[in-house]
Amino acid sequence: MSVQRRGRLQAFRITVFVALGLFFVVPLLSMLDFSTRVIGGDGRTWVNWQALWTDENLRGAIITSLLLALFTVVLMLVLLLPTMIWVRLRVPQASRLVEFLCLLPLTVPALVIVVGIAPVYAWVTYFLGDSALTLTFAYVVLVLPYAYRALDAGLSAIDVQTLAEAARSLGSGWGTVVTRIIAPNLTSAILSAAFISVALVLGEYTFASLLNFENLQVVIALLGKSDAGAAVAASLASLVFASLLLIAFSFLGRGPRRSKEG
Amino acid sequence: MTHVATRDAETRLGVELRLEDLRRSYGDLYALDGLSLTLAPGELVALLGPSGCGKTTALRIVAGLDEADSGRVVVDGRDISAVPANKRDMGMVFQAYSLFPHMTTQQNVEFGLKLRGDDRGKRAARAKEMLELVGLSQYAGRYAHQLSGGQQQRVALARALAIEPAVLLLDEPLSALDAKVRAQLRDEIRRVQLEVGTTTLFVTHDQEEALAIADRVGVMSHGRLEQVAAPSELYARPVSRTVAEFVGLMNRLPARVVDGRAVVLGASLGLLEGSISSGEGTALVRPESVEVHAAERGDARVVTVSFLGPITRLRLATSRGDELVAQLASAAAAGLEPGSAVEVGVAETPVLVIDAG
Amino acid sequence: MTSRARRLLPALGLVPFLGYLAIFLVIPTIVVVVGAFQDQGAPSLTNIRALATDAATGPLWNSLLLSASTAVIGAVFGGLLAYAVVTGSPQGMVRRTVTSISGVLAQFGGVTLAFAFIATLGFSGVVTEALRSSFGIDIFGSGWLFGLPGLVLVYTYFQIPLMVIVFLPALEGLRPQWREAAANLGASTWQFWRHVGMPLLTPAFLGSTLLLFANAFASFATAAALVSQGNPIQPLFIRAALTSEILLGRQNLAYALALEMIVVVALVMLGYALLVRRTSRWLR
Repeated sequence: MSVQRRGRLQAFRITVFVALGLFFVVPLLSMLDFSTRVIGGDGRTWVNWQALWTDENLRGAIITSLLLALFTVVLMLVLLLPTMIWVRLRVPQASRLVEFLCLLPLTVPALVIVVGIAPVYAWVTYFLGDSALTLTFAYVVLVLPYAYRALDAGLSAIDVQTLAEAARSLGSGWGTVVTRIIAPNLTSAILSAAFISVALVLGEYTFASLLNFENLQVVIALLGKSDAGAAVAASLASLVFASLLLIAFSFLGRGPRRSKEG
Repeated sequence: MTHVATRDAETRLGVELRLEDLRRSYGDLYALDGLSLTLAPGELVALLGPSGCGKTTALRIVAGLDEADSGRVVVDGRDISAVPANKRDMGMVFQAYSLFPHMTTQQNVEFGLKLRGDDRGKRAARAKEMLELVGLSQYAGRYAHQLSGGQQQRVALARALAIEPAVLLLDEPLSALDAKVRAQLRDEIRRVQLEVGTTTLFVTHDQEEALAIADRVGVMSHGRLEQVAAPSELYARPVSRTVAEFVGLMNRLPARVVDGRAVVLGASLGLLEGSISSGEGTALVRPESVEVHAAERGDARVVTVSFLGPITRLRLATSRGDELVAQLASAAAAGLEPGSAVEVGVAETPVLVIDAG
Repeated sequence: MTSRARRLLPALGLVPFLGYLAIFLVIPTIVVVVGAFQDQGAPSLTNIRALATDAATGPLWNSLLLSASTAVIGAVFGGLLAYAVVTGSPQGMVRRTVTSISGVLAQFGGVTLAFAFIATLGFSGVVTEALRSSFGIDIFGSGWLFGLPGLVLVYTYFQIPLMVIVFLPALEGLRPQWREAAANLGASTWQFWRHVGMPLLTPAFLGSTLLLFANAFASFATAAALVSQGNPIQPLFIRAALTSEILLGRQNLAYALALEMIVVVALVMLGYALLVRRTSRWLR
């Protein structure tokens, strides 16, 4: 490439990165500034951030959402992991069906699912009570596409068939095969699926608000009407936390695979 | 080297290509360290060397895809060093993946003509001519993914020649293909090149390819040309250890240089230019120059026998601990087995003797 | 046991998974589709017909407009950003950083994003105040942030990163050999893009734009947190149909509206799948 062309290209790149960089960074910095402002005065205050544990509703919602994240991850793994391993080992013809079903929630909007799920939830709350934690069932469906992709990538990288056959020839039953042979080789895929599920659950609003439950995002939205500062602080906190998880997810997805190719 | 008997040197077309003292470095790394080479009109010169020797860098500088730090590229007497790549009137065939996937074979071949502004009829006629030249006329409507690797490269060749370039550049065009296709295609390329008569620069790391089709071969190492000569000259009279060991197989045998002659395995041989002038050294001997006879009291043993059809290669060990490879016509090697006792000698050809160690 | 039955036995292992999805995914979808054609429990086209009224076409039209505009804006700027990334070094920090950040920002939506923009451009937002005190400019005006124009700006924030994620692989599939071969055959930069670059990238670009459209169309949380008055877009109108006392007994209208959403998204995703199929062969 000629020197001239390289120079023009670099100028273009710098312009794009700076302009868009500003667009993306300014709202984030504004959140930080807004949430630490002293109203009608100078200096910084942390009172909005303290609301994260002093405000009862907010604290309760944080705990609820964290529990929801935990339950969702557990239920997702219990449901998805054995199924995917089973498909690879014993029912390979079903793999396309499973893939299609797992990616379906990407195309059916969450809003549509919520609209139709209300009758189902009438039964769920009838049997299991009123707790927001029942949202777990719906959340597993929401995280399905992302968790599926993470686990599928991990399963593709190890030869499930051979590992299982080797274990079986040495005398282990199917339960042992799954829990002690295959799952340990999938730690990074499982962690990726877990991380992205947690990030999605913490940021979820649609289901909770339309089914009249109070999770973190619903409470933040309500809080916004009375205490904007605290709402912004809580938003930034949840964003930072989710981002850390997602960044860990993107690095996990890359690391181990590199060593396997070596 | 393959010949087409119909043409002789005077009726060749093509222009002279000169590379003058090209230098290119990346930080501390010298990719090209003063490369100078002249290609006569219609000549096919191969640049041969291991990866990293600078041959591809040289080709890309000629094509205009890379810039030299200093030095000139002269085509037909004109200095084109400052001319951008898309105005250089050169045709290039890349190693792989260069066909435009959204165009048919015919559209690919016509592409350069379309950019030139030729009208549809003229383009189609020329494309037809080129596809016939490479033997792919019935594939004009196919897309790249419907063609095999060898066929894709033939289309790439047709596309490069369609614009009647002054110079043809080939960047390891056969490296991505499998062995059988490679041998067939390299003859094809040579046949086409001789018919069209374009001056051609061919880069490869495969010495068999270079020796088989080039008029002259330039062996490169560390950004420099070690030797440029006809294949037979390169093979029989290498001027340096790099060239000798890169081209063909070589045995390394202890030798003593006395009075302008080398003493190897008891035989007295002439010295090639570049050899040490006296003392102990290592002689580089071709396997086919090693003479082997079955002899009950012989001072060497056969270690392994490799039957390769018309020839047989024998790995031998002398009583003094030297190991060497001999190559004979299979008939002459009949009866020799691992463990057979033999006598070893060297034929009367001049050898290159380098420093021991 | 017959051998046929024995062969089907392993399929039983899929029952928990299939059963779960049947309850929590398939049944809700069926409820919506069937419910759209019912009213007060009996089959009826009332709600389907209600889709054609002004009250219903307004929000639909606004949603389509919002989705289309943010898809185009996101596609253009996201495309430029992706191009800026791909022309750098493949292993460089820039590419990895931008890709990771895009992954994060593309998921950044809903309530959190709404508050980010309220903190920036709201009545007492940081940028609003800065412009007010330093330049005397009132950027807040009559609160455009909380209406359709505001939604366009805010949606762009996650549309651009989504475009980078979806379109970057296509750009990476554009081999340098094509550029070099075209130059060697005489093409200028413009000619390369016109004859080779753009024809190869257009299907991927359009497909990505469609994906952005579907993404914006289905978004609910951001709008729910930003818009406090009225129901300018389809998702908010659905919420009103579900929860408003005024529309009591119009549960089935929500089903009809949701069915409308399914149809739009399905058509868009079909277009996406068709476009992507062509390019995946070229840009592998």
